[in-house]
Order: sequence, then C-alpha cells, then structure tokens
Amino acid sequence: MQGLSLQIGPASFRIASAWREPVEQLERLYAAYPKPESGIADFTVRLEPARPWRRWVRPSVAICGDYMLPDAAPLPLAQGLLAAEMGMNLQMALGWRRHALLHASCVERDGRALVMTGASGSGKSTLAAMLGERGWRLMGDEFALLDLATGDVFAFPRLISLKNGAIGVMEGEAKPVRFGPLMQATPKGDIRHLVPRPEAVARMSEGAMPALLLFPRFGHEAAVRSVGKSESFVRLTQASTNYVALGEAGFAALSRFVDEVPAQAIDYGSGEEAMALVEQLWSAAA
Amino acid sequence: MAQPRFRAEDASHLVIKPLDDLSLIYHRRSGTTHVVASPVPEMLGVMGGDPLGVEEILERLSQRFELGNETESLIPVVAARLEELAALGLVERL
Repeated sequence: MQGLSLQIGPASFRIASAWREPVEQLERLYAAYPKPESGIADFTVRLEPARPWRRWVRPSVAICGDYMLPDAAPLPLAQGLLAAEMGMNLQMALGWRRHALLHASCVERDGRALVMTGASGSGKSTLAAMLGERGWRLMGDEFALLDLATGDVFAFPRLISLKNGAIGVMEGEAKPVRFGPLMQATPKGDIRHLVPRPEAVARMSEGAMPALLLFPRFGHEAAVRSVGKSESFVRLTQASTNYVALGEAGFAALSRFVDEVPAQAIDYGSGEEAMALVEQLWSAAA
Repeated sequence: MAQPRFRAEDASHLVIKPLDDLSLIYHRRSGTTHVVASPVPEMLGVMGGDPLGVEEILERLSQRFELGNETESLIPVVAARLEELAALGLVERL
C-alpha cells in the first residue's frame, strides 16, 4: 500500500491505496495542503482491490476505511481519485462529531459566511466554486461545519467536485493546472475536481459568522422567496448527517442558526443570474 | 365514563424554542425533536406537573390567554393534541 496524509480544515486523513495512480493525483492536487498537525489522522481511507485479482485484471477500487458502506459499488481504477474523495466524504458524514455537519457549500467575505444547501443538482457546489473565483473565500463545496459552542461556521475546503455542466463553466474561470483528470461516466456522471484558490487553503482553519442561508435551485426562472425559520430548521436537519448523533448540542446549534441567520430560496437559470442574485441578497443581509 | 386525564412531561426534560408560527421541542429523554404549532407549547406551559382533564387545561389557558368565545370550540382541538402528545411521549395519559 502507498499513501499520503492530509489536513483539510479541522479533519485529517490518511489515504492508502493499492495502486500508485490515485496517490499521485492526490499528491498533485493537494500539494498546498498541510500534513496532519498531530501526525495522527482522524480517519483512514483505503482504496483496495474489490477482489485480490482485481488489483491487476480490470482493476476495481473498493472504498474502505474506518467507516464503510457495505453495498458501495467499486469503481474502475481510472476513477480512483473519485473513490478517494468519496471515501473522505463518507468518513466525515458518518464519523465527524466535533461540529454539526451540514451538507452544504460555504463561502466567506469580510468574516461572514454564506451557506448554501440543497439537493444534488441544485448547483450549490457550482455556485460556491464560482464565488470562490470572484472575491469570496471558498470554505467548502460539500460540508459546512457548525461550531456547537460559538455558532461560527468552519471550513472543509477539499477539492471542488464539479459535475457535468459545471465542468465547462469552471474551465472558463480557472487555469488548467488547477484541474484534476476528467472522469467520464462515473456513477455521478462526468466529474472533474478543481483545486480551491490558495487563499482557501491558507485560511482553512479560520471560522466565520454565518450571515445568510440560501437554498438554490438550478433550472428555473429567476425567483427569490423568503424561507421561514421552522422550514429552514427542518431542511437543515435533513441536510445534517450527524444531527441525531449530536443530541441536544445539535439541536441548540441548529435552532440558534435558523433563529439568527436569514434564509432565502433562490431559483436561477444560469450561473451569472445566480451571481447577481447572491450579491443582491448579500448586500441586503449586510 | 370519566374524562381522561393527562400529565405533561417534566419541564426539565423539554427544551421549547419558539421560531415563527411553529415551535421546536427537544425532548431530552428520547433525544427527538418535534416541530409543533400553537396551542401545543401553550398547553405544555400551563399543565405544569398536574394531572388534568381537557376542560381544566382550557380553563388554565383561558386564564393566561384571551380565548374570547372560542373556549367551547377548542375542546376537541385540545383533546386531539393531547392524544398526539401522548403518542409522542410528551404527555402521559393517566
């Protein structure tokens, strides 16, 4: 097994792989990220052959680690980087307890955070990636970490996972050197990873006070609707993988969040339309 | 047949957080969160630890809130909410 260790926000990972290729890709794309502060990783992810002979014959990557989904389908070796990313996400979703973990993207400006959550395909990841190229600090495209004591949001700025149409959009915004390989026809469609800008990595331990919550929805005529606190609460509990496990601390953190942070649902038909809506709502919330 | 009587869960086991039209209740003993509408938080607020029937609860509500002439029509509402709360474990049916 070969491998590497990574610090992403407050979480650290040891990734081991039976093959060299995924490790080389991770080393290149995560080159600017620090090693785990303590030297010991919070989580281990292992990329192993689905069967012993599948190391060589039509190599097939099973995602293993501290937390595993027993029925997860293995991926072809060409999608080994995706397997590593899915493995890290899985460890966070199932194992992280130090924050309330929201399945949301997050960007920061002037010390205040914009949190965006929604179903897969809502565009929350693409919007965070676009904002991250336009003067905002990207805090994460997949998870926002809500501090249980202070209510601040903390970053988890792993590689941005661009899917399908978002790939072309971001290829127009960022230099080619910041992209991983294009992986076609994965279980999630076409995927290409984007390295966040250096500031997102250098400042990844800095929290921010949440100032606006958005529920974006791509593919509709532009519209804005205020979302009530109780609706936000229900949607955030659905978007949190560890709400139940955290007990009363999770309740206190999420109920405080929806009580203090204004929320809007936005529909949009294009990235530029969404950028204009976000700036408009951000100014109003300031 | 005697009217059923109910006793609310001890207030120390409940965290009630009013948000907008709805309130959240976190039940410490079960670890579950409930989203409830009026008059549920008000009912739990007036019940204290006492065993009470529907009409006694309404009497207490009318002392604290302006119910106008609606008291009579609220009897089935309060009775239905009590049965729901009993099913959730937030009141005990005695």
